[in-house]
Amino acid sequence: MRVVREIALHVFKESVRDRVPYTLVFFAVLLMATSYLLGQLTAGQEVKIIKDLGLAATSLIGLFIAIFIGIGLVSKEVERRSIYNLLSKPVSRRQVVLGKYLGLVLTLLVNISVMVAALYGVLAYFWFVSDPSVKAGWETPALDPALMVASGLIFVELALITALALVFSTFSSPLLSAALTFGLFIVGHFNADLKRFDQIVASRPVAYLARALYYLLPNLTLFDVKAEVVHGYHVPATAVVSAVGYAAAYIAVLVATSVFIFERRDFK
Amino acid sequence: MTAGSKGAVQSWGSAFASARGSGGPPKPWRRRLAGPEGFSLKTFVFSVILLMGAIIGLQIARERQTNSIEPDERLLYVRSGPLLEKVSLSYDAVMADVYWIRTLQHYGGTRLSKKTDKRYDLLYPLLDITTSLDPKFAIAYRFGAIFLAEGYPDGPGRPDQAIELLKKGMRAQPQKWQYLHDAGFIYYWWLEDFRSAAEWFDRASRVPGSPWWLKPLTATTMAQGGDRASSRLLWQQMLEAADNDWLRQNATLRLAQLIALDHLDQLSALVARYKSSTGHLPSSWEILVGARLLSQAPIDPAGVPYHLDPATGAVELAEKSPLHPLPAHLRRH
Repeated sequence: MRVVREIALHVFKESVRDRVPYTLVFFAVLLMATSYLLGQLTAGQEVKIIKDLGLAATSLIGLFIAIFIGIGLVSKEVERRSIYNLLSKPVSRRQVVLGKYLGLVLTLLVNISVMVAALYGVLAYFWFVSDPSVKAGWETPALDPALMVASGLIFVELALITALALVFSTFSSPLLSAALTFGLFIVGHFNADLKRFDQIVASRPVAYLARALYYLLPNLTLFDVKAEVVHGYHVPATAVVSAVGYAAAYIAVLVATSVFIFERRDFK
Repeated sequence: MTAGSKGAVQSWGSAFASARGSGGPPKPWRRRLAGPEGFSLKTFVFSVILLMGAIIGLQIARERQTNSIEPDERLLYVRSGPLLEKVSLSYDAVMADVYWIRTLQHYGGTRLSKKTDKRYDLLYPLLDITTSLDPKFAIAYRFGAIFLAEGYPDGPGRPDQAIELLKKGMRAQPQKWQYLHDAGFIYYWWLEDFRSAAEWFDRASRVPGSPWWLKPLTATTMAQGGDRASSRLLWQQMLEAADNDWLRQNATLRLAQLIALDHLDQLSALVARYKSSTGHLPSSWEILVGARLLSQAPIDPAGVPYHLDPATGAVELAEKSPLHPLPAHLRRH
């Protein structure tokens, strides 16, 4: 476990050295400041728009971090030939994969925390400067704790996407890994349509195949409660727990697959 | 290379050299900013400012010359809300915000424009897309219905589309009594169909959690819909229930219009009284003040003096008043 922790911390430090997270966090903060300006144009919908924009930016920037760092987790080590150095030490391949995955998840956690803190900062400013009559018109309080639920599920979704990127990173080039991971991200938001495929195709085998794909491919819509939270709709605890459970099981499968591939890979 | 161009190169070279050479060894951050050829920071900043100035100047010159090729503001590339909702992945709410801002710009820009042929063609499609992307966007339904119903030229004058939009909201959020109330309001104010208005108010009053005053509003609308008292009751309730500054201002304006209508009746009666006692019409308000019928020249609730036509004796709201035009169906002639 100590080895895994060391590798994870190394990945985290490396991502910080890469400066990419800094740039993206800066972008998120900038976007939230922009949301303040946009709020002036929206006929009393500032808080809703700031929440929408803040959560969307958190999700999108996290997605870029997950994909663009995730795809290089293993393949970059192989390209640089530093994998030989790493594997010559008393470290198993399983520990390398697990450590790298947890390192990137830690990077995401820190980045998302900064972005959410910035979002709450902008909202706190609005709460502070707004009249009580304006506040009375808000669908939800500016500093709504439910935003933590939405951002928490964004983090869980990104942890799953990181695991996808990790699998591709163990056997494919960074470019192809990025394309495949991004493709699955899109499919993950469309796959509810696969379930209803039998309503638009006559062929039963195709409908069964679509149904099978629906269950096999990651269903990322489970983690999207942004609109519900922003409009003040209750997100049931069972929905959150089942989404987290689904992600945990899916991540376990993906990390296990990464380990399986990586342990059998010949680097000669 | 000609002698002249050689000279130019030499002078640029010496300019770079002089910029590089002054002030002893360069600082580390300066060294990092300097290129492999030692392109100095000063020269770089100067060149960028000069070139940006040229770019902006060219842009301004182009815009002055070719106003005719400005993009058409009435262009909407994708009109299908469900399609946009699909391609937005999990970013549909933020896309809805973008379309909402576009809706406000389209409506506000067209309403305030000086054009004589104001066209609100995109208003309904934009609202439809906004509410398809975010079906719980309550303000988009409520404001959207007000915008759509507003009579031309302040709006497209399409109460039918306003009702359609509100019905879409009712399908998305059946628990929102406000949509039913707003539909009743549109039947009342814009379509002057008081029976339908009362039916919508009644339906709104049956939604769990709806306010108590919807029941008396239903009864008043049914009994005396269209008169000023029931209109005043409607707007007063709108003002009290408004959860947004814009709705509050709108209700305040309409209440002020109702006060102005009462003023017009009272002033017309005074003019008639003056005529019956003197046999001629007053030429100005000062005449009525002199006759002690008024204490001062009358002003509307927005502070603008009323207009008195000396030829006919008609009393009107000044066209420059923010309350202009007054609702025609509530005028008494």
